[in-house]
Amino acid sequence: MTETTRRKGLSRRTLLKGTAGLAGLAAGSGAITGFPYVMSADPKVLRYLGTAVNEGDDISKQCLKDTGIKIEYITATTDDVTKRVMTQPNSFDVLDTEYFSLKKLVPSGNILALDAKKIKEFDNITPVFTKGMTPGGKKIGNQGTAPWKVLYLEGKDSKKFATSATEFVTLIPTVYNADTLGIRPDLIKRPISSWAELLNPEFKGKASILNIPSIGIMDAAMVVEATGKYKYADKGNMTKEEIDLTMKVLTEAKKAGQFRAFWKDFNESVNLMAAGETVIQSMWSPAVTKVRSMGIPCTFQPLKEGYRSWASGFCVSKGVSGAKLDWAYEFVNWFLSGYAGAYLNRQGYYSAVLSTAKAHMEPYEWAYWMEGKPAEKDIKAPDGSLLEKAGAVRDGGSYEDRMGGVACWNAVMDENDYMVRKWNEFIAA
Amino acid sequence: MTTSDEILQEGSPGVTRGSPKAQASLRPRLSPSFVSWLQAGPMMLVFLAFFLIPLVFVVIVSFWDYNEYQLLPAFSGRGYTDTFEGCIDKLPELCTIGRTYVMTLKLCFMVWAITLFIGFWVAYFLAFHVKSKTWQMGLSLLCTIPFWTSNVIRMIAWIPLLGRNGLVNSGLVKAGLINHPVEWLLFSEFSVVLALVHLFTFFMVVPIFNSMVRIDKSLIEAAYDAGASDFQTLVNVIIPLSKPGIVIGSIFVITIVMGDFITIGVMGGQQIAAAGKIIETRVNALQFPAAAANAVILLVITFLIITMMSRIVDIKKEL
Repeated sequence: MTETTRRKGLSRRTLLKGTAGLAGLAAGSGAITGFPYVMSADPKVLRYLGTAVNEGDDISKQCLKDTGIKIEYITATTDDVTKRVMTQPNSFDVLDTEYFSLKKLVPSGNILALDAKKIKEFDNITPVFTKGMTPGGKKIGNQGTAPWKVLYLEGKDSKKFATSATEFVTLIPTVYNADTLGIRPDLIKRPISSWAELLNPEFKGKASILNIPSIGIMDAAMVVEATGKYKYADKGNMTKEEIDLTMKVLTEAKKAGQFRAFWKDFNESVNLMAAGETVIQSMWSPAVTKVRSMGIPCTFQPLKEGYRSWASGFCVSKGVSGAKLDWAYEFVNWFLSGYAGAYLNRQGYYSAVLSTAKAHMEPYEWAYWMEGKPAEKDIKAPDGSLLEKAGAVRDGGSYEDRMGGVACWNAVMDENDYMVRKWNEFIAA
Repeated sequence: MTTSDEILQEGSPGVTRGSPKAQASLRPRLSPSFVSWLQAGPMMLVFLAFFLIPLVFVVIVSFWDYNEYQLLPAFSGRGYTDTFEGCIDKLPELCTIGRTYVMTLKLCFMVWAITLFIGFWVAYFLAFHVKSKTWQMGLSLLCTIPFWTSNVIRMIAWIPLLGRNGLVNSGLVKAGLINHPVEWLLFSEFSVVLALVHLFTFFMVVPIFNSMVRIDKSLIEAAYDAGASDFQTLVNVIIPLSKPGIVIGSIFVITIVMGDFITIGVMGGQQIAAAGKIIETRVNALQFPAAAANAVILLVITFLIITMMSRIVDIKKEL
C-alpha cells in the first residue's frame, strides 16, 4: 500500500518536471512565435508574414537602422501563408505573398489594398508588372495569373480586379523571377533546348518536378506543348479535359519510371541535383547557384518555349489601421528604395524598382546580373561568399532576355478543386 | 485499496508530518470515488479540450461545403463523394482512395512485421541476456539514438548512403557484386520501409521489454524442468506472456505509420501515395472539408484495425 502511494507521488513530481520541460521545449522550438506582440518602449513593430524569399536578417537590420521599424518575420511556405491569411488574419500586419494566391485572398476580404499614391516609387515600378512588357518593350506571355491581371482593385473595399489602372493596388510589387529547368551539363553532355527533354526517356529515373500541384501541372503543360501534342488556350487556367490530358502524360511518365523523386523544398532540390540523383528538373535560380557554389556544374537552362514566371508583393492585413498603417507604408517605401532590391538582385531574383536597386549595386554587379555581361570581377552573394568567378555569364543572359522570354505565370485555376483531386490520383498511380 | 486519507496526505506531505490527529478532524471526509474522479479529472479535461472537441469539429466540418477561399457551413457530402470518386464505375480497377489505402496498408503491414521481429528479439536480449539493470538501461537508451536528430536531417542523411552515387552503391560496385548502381535503394518502397523501421522499432522494443521483465523467472525454470525445449518455452511461455507488450507496441507502430506522410514522402520521393498525403494536399489547397472527410476515413480505418487487435488480447485485463 505504501509503495503504491509513494510511486504515485513520484510520478506526480516527474509529471510536473515533464510539463515544465515540454513548455520549455515549445518555447525553444519557436512554436510560440507569432503570438500577438507586447507593446514595448519602441512601439514601431510590424509583424511580417511571408515566405523565406524576401526575408533576410540583413534586410530587417538595415530597415531598423534606416526607419526605426522593427520587422518580426513569420516565415511559412506559400501554402501556409495563404492558409494563415484565411484563418488568422489578425496574426500579422504586413503580408508578402505571390500574385497567384490573390484569387483566393481578395474574395476572402482579409487583406487591405494599398494606395498607389502613397508609394513614392510606384511610377518607377518595372512595366513588367504594370504593362506586361519589359523596359525594352518586349511583350511578356500572359497565360496564368500574370500580375497585371490582378494588380488593381475597382475600389478600396472592392473584391473585383480592375481591368485598368486604379489607385488601389492589391500587392505592391517587390520581387519576381523567371523559372526554367536546371540541368547537370556534365552528366547530360549535350545541349538541351526544349521543355520536352524533361520527359525524354533518355533521362529515365533522372528527372524531377515540383510537388506543388498548381506549379507541377504547368511544368507538365510546357512539356506537352513542347512535344507538339496539344496547344493550350491558357496553361494557367485549364479546362477539365485539358487537366485530364496533362495528368495522363504525367502519369504515363511516372509509371515508366521517368521521375527519380518530386521535390517540395529548396534544399531537397539542391540535394537531388548535387548528388546526381537527377540530371534535369524544374528548379529555382538560387538553388542552381547553391549547387554551383558547391563546385558542381549546374545550369539554369534557357529553353526555346520560354520561362514560367512568378512574382510577389506587399499588402497589409485588414486589421491594420492608424499609425500602424503609416508604418506599413513607410516600410514598403523603404523596401523599394534600393537596399532590399539590390540584395534580391544579388541572389538572382529581380527587384520591382530597377532604378533604386541599380544605385545600390556596383556597376560590375549590375552588368553581370542584369545586363547578361561577363563578370568583370568575382561575383559575391549578399553574405560575401563567392558565387561566380570573373568571366562567368549569367544563364539566360540579360533581364530583357529572361523576363522577355516568359511564357506563363504561376496560377490558381478555376478548376483548382478538380486539379487537386487529379493530382492525388497521379501520386497514387 | 488506498484510502482517501492516504492520498490526501500524500498530496500535502508537509502538513501531514506536523500533526496527523488534528488533521483528520479538520478535513471533511471525501468519498473514494470522488477522489478518483478528482485524480482523473485534469487528464480528462485536457483530453476533452484538446482531443475530443477538435475531433467533433473535424467530423462536423467534413460534412460542410467549401469554395476557393472559405468554408460554407451547409450540409454537404461533397468531401466524401469526391473522395470516393470513380470507386464504383472504375471497377475492377481501383480508385484513387482504394489504391492509396492498399499502398498505406501494405507499407503498414511490412513495417509492423519487421519492427515486431526486430523489436521482439532486441527486447528478448535485453530482458533475458543482459543481467545488470544498469546495462539494461544503457542499452535501451542506445535504441533512442535515431531520435536524437531531427526528422529532416535524418531524411537527408539517407541520400549519401543509399543514393545512386552513395556509399552502399559505390561499395557494391567496387566489390564487383553489381555493374551499375541499383536504383531501388532510394525513393522506393524499400527505402520507405527501411526508414520507418529504423525510426519506429524503438516503439516495439519498449512495451515488449516491459512485458518480458515482468515474467516470473520461475515460470521459465518450471518449463525447462518439465522438459520443454528452448523453442517450446518461447512459444508456450514467453510469447503468450509478452502479448500485452506486443499488442501495445503494434498499436503504436500501426497508428504512426497509418498517419505518416512526411517519411513516406521524403523517402518515397513524393511518388508513393499515403493516406496522410491526401489530407495534406487537400489542406494546402484550402479544401478543409475534403481534408476533414479524409481524416475521418483514416480515423475509422485505423480504429477498426486497433479494435481487431484488442480483440486478440484484452489489454485492460492483462495490464
